[in-house]
Amino acid sequence: MMKRRVVLTFPPEVVERPVISLMIRDYDVITNILRAEVTEGEVGRMLVELEGDGGNVKNGVQYLKDQGVTVEEAIKDIDLNDTICTSCGVCTAVCLTGALTVGPPDFKLTLDKDRCILCGSCVDACPFRLIKVRF
Amino acid sequence: MAKSYEEINEKIKKGRAVVLTAEEMTELVKSEGAGEAAGKVDVVTTGTFGPMCSSGAFVNFGHSDPPIKMHRLWLNDVPVCADVAAVDAYIGAAAISDSEGLAYGGGHIIQDLIEGKRIKLKSTAIATDCYPRKEIETEVALSDLNQAYLFNPRNAYENYASATNSSEKTIYTYMGILLPNYGNITYCSAGQLNPLLNDPDYRTIGIGTRIFLGGGTGYVAWAGTQHNPEVERNDNGVPVGPSGSLALIGDMKTMDSKFIRGARFHRYGVTLYVGIGIPIPILDEDMAVRTGISDEDIETYIFDYSEPSRARNRLKKVNYRELRSGKVELKGRMVKTAPLSSFKMSREIAGILKQRILEGAFTVSRPVEELPRDGGLNTLEERRGER
Ligand code: SF4
Ligand code: SF4
Repeated sequence: MMKRRVVLTFPPEVVERPVISLMIRDYDVITNILRAEVTEGEVGRMLVELEGDGGNVKNGVQYLKDQGVTVEEAIKDIDLNDTICTSCGVCTAVCLTGALTVGPPDFKLTLDKDRCILCGSCVDACPFRLIKVRF
Repeated sequence: MAKSYEEINEKIKKGRAVVLTAEEMTELVKSEGAGEAAGKVDVVTTGTFGPMCSSGAFVNFGHSDPPIKMHRLWLNDVPVCADVAAVDAYIGAAAISDSEGLAYGGGHIIQDLIEGKRIKLKSTAIATDCYPRKEIETEVALSDLNQAYLFNPRNAYENYASATNSSEKTIYTYMGILLPNYGNITYCSAGQLNPLLNDPDYRTIGIGTRIFLGGGTGYVAWAGTQHNPEVERNDNGVPVGPSGSLALIGDMKTMDSKFIRGARFHRYGVTLYVGIGIPIPILDEDMAVRTGISDEDIETYIFDYSEPSRARNRLKKVNYRELRSGKVELKGRMVKTAPLSSFKMSREIAGILKQRILEGAFTVSRPVEELPRDGGLNTLEERRGER
């Protein structure tokens, strides 16, 4: 048995297809969806834990890739140094799940860990390098 | 009911001036009208905190013994222009490190100096009779420098463009990371808090105007490079897209790195986030109308940055209220928007400047000379063999 945590990105045209359920059925992979941000017609992202026989997990992942899904290893956690964060909002540009936002009333950066899928995209985006990955 | 600079300063000194931030003024003008607001309010404070690549600092190191006429110069491995006298130099904010590349550069040196950190200095020279030395390696801190002042050729842009990416690939730009297929839109303006957008006819902001710069006090030195007031203006009299700009000067020794920060845009390069606040005296009703402007009244165009050309495709006109809402409709889809400049810090700066004026520590100043209100932009043409 093996376990892998991955971030899946679905292009809008793939969001509507039941690729996850087909993978579970055809490859016998236990799939635990930890976080998901999926809206019809938009890019969807998901943090999932795949568990099963090594070969099955590998084939399942290959199946997802063949369906047009991008599969990336998930990081463990992100660390935000918010004492010197300027709330510029540059990081929010690449956070597709809406975990990072700046908005009214105070326009202070907020990180909603419940929406974070640990894709790590924000790490490179911060011009002050205040977001660090924990593996 | 017109007021003079002198009358306003008299009130500031007596602690009787009424000072509002640009956002508070917008509310007041909305509820009571510009006429009433002009009578009540003496000064409106503006603020902005964003990436301003056209920035840098003049420094003077003092002379070593034996002395050197610095020719090539590196500070923390970042090449710095030393071609001004023997020990003067200009640290360009966008200069990048010889060893670390895009990760560290001029903007970071400026921040490190302001934070009191020691910087490695290395210089080589051609020996002369009066400057016999050929090289030097040492360390310097801000307190060692005779003078250190920011001189930023182009800051506080009056409005700016907004960016998106139509291509299939992620692109890395000075407008941030732009995701493929119109995946996001970035923008960069303090909007209703932006200094020049609150004085779009440059009636009170001009050469010599005293300002808040990087936490300390600075001045408007000149019209900024690419100052271009003749762009399209909307019904509210403000430019749609980049137009006026300011060259600013200020003593680094009075600054605070909270308001002046080195930054790097991934796979693009190094820049400097500059905090600027400019007070606007409410001389008459017209100035109240101008400072009453809101994000809704200020528009810009979204451009397609995937075209590596001077003439990028203009996709859509939007206002800052829409941009700041977090989503804008583009090509039939709702696309995520994100700022590059900090609205929170812009607001904080306008608030600090307001406080300094209320305390009598900061007065308004009549421009020594006005900024140009006309003149367009030239482009760089490639010519060969023509003399
Ligand atoms: S890792 Fe960063 S970009 Fe990715 S979802 Fe979490 S907060 Fe957003
Ligand atoms: S990009 Fe960095 S400084 Fe800006 S809001 Fe995000 S974490 Fe804060």
